Amino acid sequence: MAQAQAQPKYMTFGEGGMTAAFVVLAFVSIIIAAKAYTPEYAFHAYLFAAGSAAAAFAIVNRYFERGDAAIPLMIEGKPNYNMGPVKFATLAAVVWGIAGFAVGLWIALELAFPAFNLDLSFISFGRLRPLHTSAVIFAFGGNVLIATSFYVVQRTCRARLAGELAPWFVVLGYNFFIVIAGTGYLLGITQSKEYAEPEWYADLWLTIVWVVYLLVYLGTIMRRTEPHIYVANWFYLAFILTIAVLHLGNNAAVPVSVFSPKSYVVWSGVQDAMVQWWYGHNAVGFFLTAGFLGIMYYFIPKRAERPIYSYRLSIIHFWALIFLYIWAGPHHLHYTALPDWTQTLGMTFSVMLWMPSWGGMINGLMTLSGAWDKLRTDPVLRMMVLSVAFYGMSTFEGPVMSIKAVNSLSHYTDWTIGHVHSGALGWVGFVSFGAIYCLVPWLWNRPLYSLRLVSWHFWIATIGIVVYITSMWVAGILQGLMWRAYTSLGFLEYSFIETVEAMHPFYVIRAIGGALFLIGALIMAFNVWRTIYPSPALAAAVPAARVAPAE
Amino acid sequence: MTSYTSLWQRHWILERNSILLLLAILIVIAIGGLVEVVPLFYLRGTIETAPGVRVYTPLELAGRNIYVREGCYLCHSQMIRALRDEVERYGHYSLAAESMYDHPFQWGSKRNGPDLARVGGKYSDDWHRDHLLEPRSVVSGSIMPAYPWLFSTDLDYAHIAEDMKAQALVGVPYSDDMIANAAADLRTQATTDAPDAAALAKRYPKAQVRNFAGFPGRVTEADALIAYLQMLGTLVDFKLYDDKANIR
Repeated sequence: MAQAQAQPKYMTFGEGGMTAAFVVLAFVSIIIAAKAYTPEYAFHAYLFAAGSAAAAFAIVNRYFERGDAAIPLMIEGKPNYNMGPVKFATLAAVVWGIAGFAVGLWIALELAFPAFNLDLSFISFGRLRPLHTSAVIFAFGGNVLIATSFYVVQRTCRARLAGELAPWFVVLGYNFFIVIAGTGYLLGITQSKEYAEPEWYADLWLTIVWVVYLLVYLGTIMRRTEPHIYVANWFYLAFILTIAVLHLGNNAAVPVSVFSPKSYVVWSGVQDAMVQWWYGHNAVGFFLTAGFLGIMYYFIPKRAERPIYSYRLSIIHFWALIFLYIWAGPHHLHYTALPDWTQTLGMTFSVMLWMPSWGGMINGLMTLSGAWDKLRTDPVLRMMVLSVAFYGMSTFEGPVMSIKAVNSLSHYTDWTIGHVHSGALGWVGFVSFGAIYCLVPWLWNRPLYSLRLVSWHFWIATIGIVVYITSMWVAGILQGLMWRAYTSLGFLEYSFIETVEAMHPFYVIRAIGGALFLIGALIMAFNVWRTIYPSPALAAAVPAARVAPAE
Repeated sequence: MTSYTSLWQRHWILERNSILLLLAILIVIAIGGLVEVVPLFYLRGTIETAPGVRVYTPLELAGRNIYVREGCYLCHSQMIRALRDEVERYGHYSLAAESMYDHPFQWGSKRNGPDLARVGGKYSDDWHRDHLLEPRSVVSGSIMPAYPWLFSTDLDYAHIAEDMKAQALVGVPYSDDMIANAAADLRTQATTDAPDAAALAKRYPKAQVRNFAGFPGRVTEADALIAYLQMLGTLVDFKLYDDKANIR
């Protein structure tokens, strides 16, 4: 030990390299900002410069603060878990979730009462809608996925996260991408590809972050002290890898100039439509499904204290799910100029997809075998079980809507919006809330502030979802039928605007449903806040923190 | 050494080797995309032969970029499906050829407002101006936002030639002549009775030339957007289009 202390302290290659890279990026960003074609792009370049300078400073500061020796991977035979990035991503998810739900409520009000657009460019519906979808899917969902995946991979591999700076780079770099994407939408920077709106420079940044994410994840798995890779990690791995492939394929673009935010995607027309929905549907399939199934496969067994129902079912439904999902994209393009063979192929695989989806649902629900009584006493488990039920419902509705005859009615209507939200609010939202309610006490080593508030969250949000999706079913089917209604003389019965006016009551009801869901999330945020920062009076009353749950 | 006797135990090979697992996932997810996407680039029936389809003029391209910027595609499709009611409401179903120069495509996925694939020529410029300024002044039940800033903002077309160069790079057939005259063509198209209108029409057949938004001497963002809206769906003459010619 004496000898080790005598050694001079050096920066690691990673610390030195990243500092240098960030300093270079800061200077390049300032040059780009100075010569930018638009003030909006200059603003983003300055954000990059500020972020890079802060990152370089943080790395150097950390170097001076840290000890000389490397952080041990094991302490007294137990893995020395790295939970800092997990904590950050968990809290970021709560904050972004509320932001995303609030913007969703606002645009729901814009559709019900167009005065909410306020005649301002940056909050008009066309700019806020991508902000809503990205905030909910990528900011809320993405942070939940990063937090849970980094937690689960460490626990199930019994190994510390690979890298010291890399996990922080993933978490902070990803959230920086969210800031660039979100501010860009408000300022009108978009490439108009749904769920992939950020422009070329944000896409490049995300590519770097995502590759590091994959490397950290894979590196941690390689460090594992367990012989087998646990099933949740298969799903996380499929999610990370496939999202990388989809991102690169769909965002292949040529920038107008390095000084311009604008780029033109290399695909055009019918091929671009196919690539977009190959991406778009698998953003659902791998971001919103495979990743969150990873959550299900860890948190439900853990919370129910039961093993996974069927190991063999998990193998079958994993491979079937990832194989079939990729084919489903063309069901977004029925009766369009996309060739008929592609549409039929997409419909066929979408219908088949029902089976592996329900395989996952059955495996999740049946894990409760012998522990169903816990639904009465544990509102967190109840939330996760209901999320799996919503997963089953929307993965049945999806194949139905992919059938061409049904799709001719449902497409372009609010039925699709309702379908998306039964998956997004019911499945993704609830399984995420359940994971957050589990993670916060585990990470901060304190009991959850209030289970009763979880129950309130559960019921208010559930009523909100039901109100939301039922109003959208009625709105969508009504509008679809009105578009194709004929008079007895053979003329179209309704003008387009009459079908819009008929939507008004349902848009109001939908906004109420969304508001209930937002209220539920605010209750959760209060609960999380009070768990981490108990009021002094309460802290005195509660006995000392419990030890971390055993594996 | 473990012996992998049953099929289930063979799965252990993947469960115990992260790189093999990763490669297996990559192969499994690659198949569907390759089968569905790649043939669209070489099967000749994918894009019909439709006379009249041309590249966008510089003004139309600038207008299209505003259409993208404001997120119009989120509420308006540009894809008339081959269904009876849609053809009667909007016109001939959309051809793949009509969006062959669209980087990116603007087919849309939701109709909070009507389809715009053939909106060109359906309303007057004045109607579009009033409608963009205050939608409820011309359609009382409309839920569309107003876009007053398009009228107060002059179009920034300093770099329009670079946009066309980038488009040429991804396969849009912009000629050197078109790129060299980009800014001049843009001003010409936004001017009523412009002297160079004939040269513009030669480069871009059927290009409509006039002051679209009605501000003398100014080219606003609204001019570009209305120019784009007024050309949508007008290029292919369906009186002459032979849909049997594309059957193979």
